[in-house]
Amino acid sequence: MADATLPSYIRKINMDQIITSYCRIRDNEVIVNDRLIFYQENIVKFAEVLKSVYKQEQIIYPKFYKMDAVSKLGFLATELVLKEKVLEGYHPGAVGVVLSNSSSSLETDIAHNETIKDRSSYFPSPSVFVYTLPNIVIGEICIRHKIKGENVFLISEAFNGNLLFSYVDELFTNERVDACLCGWVEVLGNKYNAMIALVESAGREIQGTPTSFKPLLFNIENLNLIMTRN
Amino acid sequence: MEKKMGCLTADDMNPVYILNDNIITSLGFSTAENISAIEHNTIGIRLVNDPLLSPSPVMISAVNPDELNAKFSEVLRSLKKSAPPESFTRLEKMFIVSIHDALKDQGIMPGNPRTLFVISTTKGNVDLLENRYQAVFSHKRLYLWEMGRILQQFFGFSNPPVIISNACISGVVAMMTAYRHLRSGTYDHAVVTGGDIASEFVIAGFQSFQALSPLPCKPFDINRTGLSLGEGCGTIVLSVIPNKSAGIHIRITGAATSNDANHISGPSRTGEELSMAIMKAMKQADLTSANISYIAAHGTATPFNDEMESKAIELSGLILVPVNSMKGYWGHTLGAAGMIESVAAITALKKNILFRSAGFETPGVPVPLNVISEHHTANIKSCLKTASGFGGCNAAIIYQKD
Repeated sequence: MADATLPSYIRKINMDQIITSYCRIRDNEVIVNDRLIFYQENIVKFAEVLKSVYKQEQIIYPKFYKMDAVSKLGFLATELVLKEKVLEGYHPGAVGVVLSNSSSSLETDIAHNETIKDRSSYFPSPSVFVYTLPNIVIGEICIRHKIKGENVFLISEAFNGNLLFSYVDELFTNERVDACLCGWVEVLGNKYNAMIALVESAGREIQGTPTSFKPLLFNIENLNLIMTRN
Repeated sequence: MEKKMGCLTADDMNPVYILNDNIITSLGFSTAENISAIEHNTIGIRLVNDPLLSPSPVMISAVNPDELNAKFSEVLRSLKKSAPPESFTRLEKMFIVSIHDALKDQGIMPGNPRTLFVISTTKGNVDLLENRYQAVFSHKRLYLWEMGRILQQFFGFSNPPVIISNACISGVVAMMTAYRHLRSGTYDHAVVTGGDIASEFVIAGFQSFQALSPLPCKPFDINRTGLSLGEGCGTIVLSVIPNKSAGIHIRITGAATSNDANHISGPSRTGEELSMAIMKAMKQADLTSANISYIAAHGTATPFNDEMESKAIELSGLILVPVNSMKGYWGHTLGAAGMIESVAAITALKKNILFRSAGFETPGVPVPLNVISEHHTANIKSCLKTASGFGGCNAAIIYQKD
């Protein structure tokens, strides 16, 4: 019988998977694998933070400028996660992406709504409308990194390490996933918060650029730790 | 593959049974009403001239608002709820009527901590962005988790819902998520529901893509010119314990998703990635292409989607298998589509009937498919349900009769 006081999805302690790289973007700062790689005191606009990081990291991907805020944020965090890691060794179908947030695509929903709410200036645009789905960021990441495996977008009020862990753990245990990007990509107005982690199987992880980052066990505690660390 | 030694084998996995279901669309408020309409070849897609929905008339499949309100008040009465009906949004009413009907007489307790609750939706209460609702509902209600909380509270689910918002595959992903959690023993029962409304918001968006058909949509037909939008809700109740009094047991036996990694609003050119999901789901179900009796396709009736699907079906070795799209009856219901089309597929398995693919007359996809042109009975043992959507996502799930 399961202990009723514990969430029933905590079945085991996962020792098989490890977090080999992560990125956290929040409050004008960007942390990659425990290192602060970007910080600027006075930037207030989210779009400016993104642009500065994009430039600083010398990323060249013209499609970036067409993306909405959620996609830009998720894309950028993933670029930084994968800067020190490579996915090339994996079969595209064996790499998964599991992302989540609170406000879905509300930021872009409001933008699309602005184009239709007044009948005298009714001008909906497909380039805005396509981003009114939260999973488009997954599509952008998959295109960029040629990922073709399991993918899902989950919604929860606040970051939920249990939800992410149970979903991703299941992919490794029963769905033949060998690597998985997972995390949180939230943007609304000037408030933004992203965390993306690369999870791989211990002992079978693909070596990237050597770094001093010591992989973390993939578990709820460490997901929460990455999400809240300063 | 030493790692896979630790995997659950088929014998360790719990079987996942379909206990009951509901469909709400323009064709009715229960599975039986919808299926009866389909058996009589009734099409729910009509030209609607409502300036609140679109500046010009538009073909949609709409749920009758008066009937919905009447059904909703009935539910409130039967549950002795004193909440005023107007304190719920249109979509919440659909969800509540659908879940209430599917739970009836099943003995599944939402309050049981072993009962999982999964919601699929693309846009939730997106109509609340419209000026007419600003003063009626709080802004918070636009958040999918807030809508989920309202539904959780209404039925007294002890677990907060797992909310899937993954474009047009959301419904199939919701079923897959519940299947995985029940299979592995994390939960014993699940209530899976999916819904979306045909709002001004989505109509304008699809119009801007020039993706809407001026006539009721024609999946897989040579003259298809786009999709028809619809709205609705579907609910399926699952359990690891079969309903002993039911004569027929239907189980979920495999499911998978994939991504095209090609384009955010256009499908794969080859169908290779949808085929990857199909092959993975079949393998999990321990079926080969020769064992699939029927394909319940996505079939949106846009030129590129149906073309891609036909290629995926060929790559999966399934071109001889009877296939249909239910969207010719009730349009593309977005986050509800995977759910209501799963219910239709499950009904096909139960009744041994293959439904005509409405709108189909002349083959019009590059690969010759066995599109069902008339309702007919057949011995159906297994069904493959597929879905594809924006963001390049694909999903496949297998329903099997014991």
